[in-house]
Amino acid sequence: MLAPGRPKPKPTPETKHFWDGCKDGKLLLQRCGDTGKAYFPPRPFSPYTGTRNVEVFEASGRAKLHSYVIHHRPVPGFTPPYAIAVVELEEGPRMMTNIIDCEQTPEALQLDMPMQVAFTPLDEEITLPLFRPAKEST
Amino acid sequence: MIRPGEIAVVGAAESTKIGAVPGMSQIMLHADAALNAMEETGLKPADIDGVACVGPMMPQQIAHYLGITPKWVDGTGVGGCSFMLHVRHAAAAIHAGYAKTILITHGESGKSRINATPRPPEPESLNGQFEVPYGPFGPPTLFPIPVLRYMKERGVSHEDLAMVAVVQREWAAKNPRAMFRDPITVDDVLNSRMIAYPFRILQCCLVTDGGGALILTSADRAKDFPTKPVYILGTGESVETNMVSQMKDFTSSSAFRVAGPTAIEAAGIDRSAVDHMMIYDAFAHLPLYGLEDLGFCKPGEAAGFIREGNTRPGGKLPLNTNGGGLSYTHTGMYGMFALQESIRQMRGTAPAQVPNAKISVCHGVGGMFSASGTVVFSNQKP
Repeated sequence: MLAPGRPKPKPTPETKHFWDGCKDGKLLLQRCGDTGKAYFPPRPFSPYTGTRNVEVFEASGRAKLHSYVIHHRPVPGFTPPYAIAVVELEEGPRMMTNIIDCEQTPEALQLDMPMQVAFTPLDEEITLPLFRPAKEST
Repeated sequence: MIRPGEIAVVGAAESTKIGAVPGMSQIMLHADAALNAMEETGLKPADIDGVACVGPMMPQQIAHYLGITPKWVDGTGVGGCSFMLHVRHAAAAIHAGYAKTILITHGESGKSRINATPRPPEPESLNGQFEVPYGPFGPPTLFPIPVLRYMKERGVSHEDLAMVAVVQREWAAKNPRAMFRDPITVDDVLNSRMIAYPFRILQCCLVTDGGGALILTSADRAKDFPTKPVYILGTGESVETNMVSQMKDFTSSSAFRVAGPTAIEAAGIDRSAVDHMMIYDAFAHLPLYGLEDLGFCKPGEAAGFIREGNTRPGGKLPLNTNGGGLSYTHTGMYGMFALQESIRQMRGTAPAQVPNAKISVCHGVGGMFSASGTVVFSNQKP
């Protein structure tokens, strides 16, 4: 469980499947029926062509560290310094996240390092898709 | 189509004081600047027939407070560049005949927070669901998110990003109204307090109180005003995303690449003709993105362009000559102050005046790379 005080997302009808997926340990993306391209954040139509012909699928959870900042000031629910990161998923979309099981330093956080999703409960309702450095073999 | 130089700015003023202004609420900062702009043009509220401002202040609040009955209003709110969009929309409205004399205002009690309106993202919004839970806390944690990627792809160093702040302080030193005027070095920047790596406090904008106002009319009517008209040659606008994490390319802003070139093409000018430039610098990386995305530098060359002194006093492209958001002032929505400095340069009244400047490009950013607006000004009617 994460430290108390962290802002809690509130799912909407268009995003509920994503948050339900996180709770079940699945990273659910959507794919455009016209182009086959994955997208994020969730919406019931394709941002590429506007088609409502889209499907939900389970992503691999593999990603690369795309960019980040390391915040040095106190924020409720966080212990500075902590990285606010963006990872690029293997399927293409990017998402904001935090990095766990890793020193929060520029030396430890190398761009393009392989990452793996780590589902981390915020409370009984919401689980966040955080990421940790992937093991060497992946 | 609207022609270059068809519309002019005849009134341009900031609030009487900027910086720490605990004696004025947010709406009075709007009004103080508006009254200053009206005074220099000889206009009264009854002469104004169009009003634009940006949320949380709505046009009806400003119109009522000042006693204006507008025939045209614009409340476009896309962040700190909203005023560039207001200028564009106002020019189109005057061209279309919807209004003759339009007032654009800004006021923000960013430091003193008197009647300021905080607007945290709702937990149901996309930002609230997909960014806020990971601990961003205001622009210093969000705007620099793409910087490390930009540095890696473009071969830009920490020293390069420090140099932006150093050069702007050189300009601020010439400006009595600038909040920070003492010279700084690259080492000073790199040893200043860490805020959100890779940025330190001297690479982050100020937080101040202040206001600004513009009055636009047709170039034909501009001749009758006591002020020197500043003509609008071209304008551009665009938006990309309200979530910095979803920006398509972390090394380049889509909104910049649309707004900037649209304005320059509409103006019908070569980039080599530009004498003066403002690029909204909420943080030290923005001038680099602006120079590259507007085509003044090739991708990867902006850092060297600044390092070599091209944008500093005496350089070939004077940039952010008031000291910028980093050293002059930054209320929260700095775009109005960038516009004010472009107009001062075109009027020939800037504290750090660029000699014989005839064309100024003023480029704004809104949100965290989420929006953009660009205006090309000239003191010569084409």
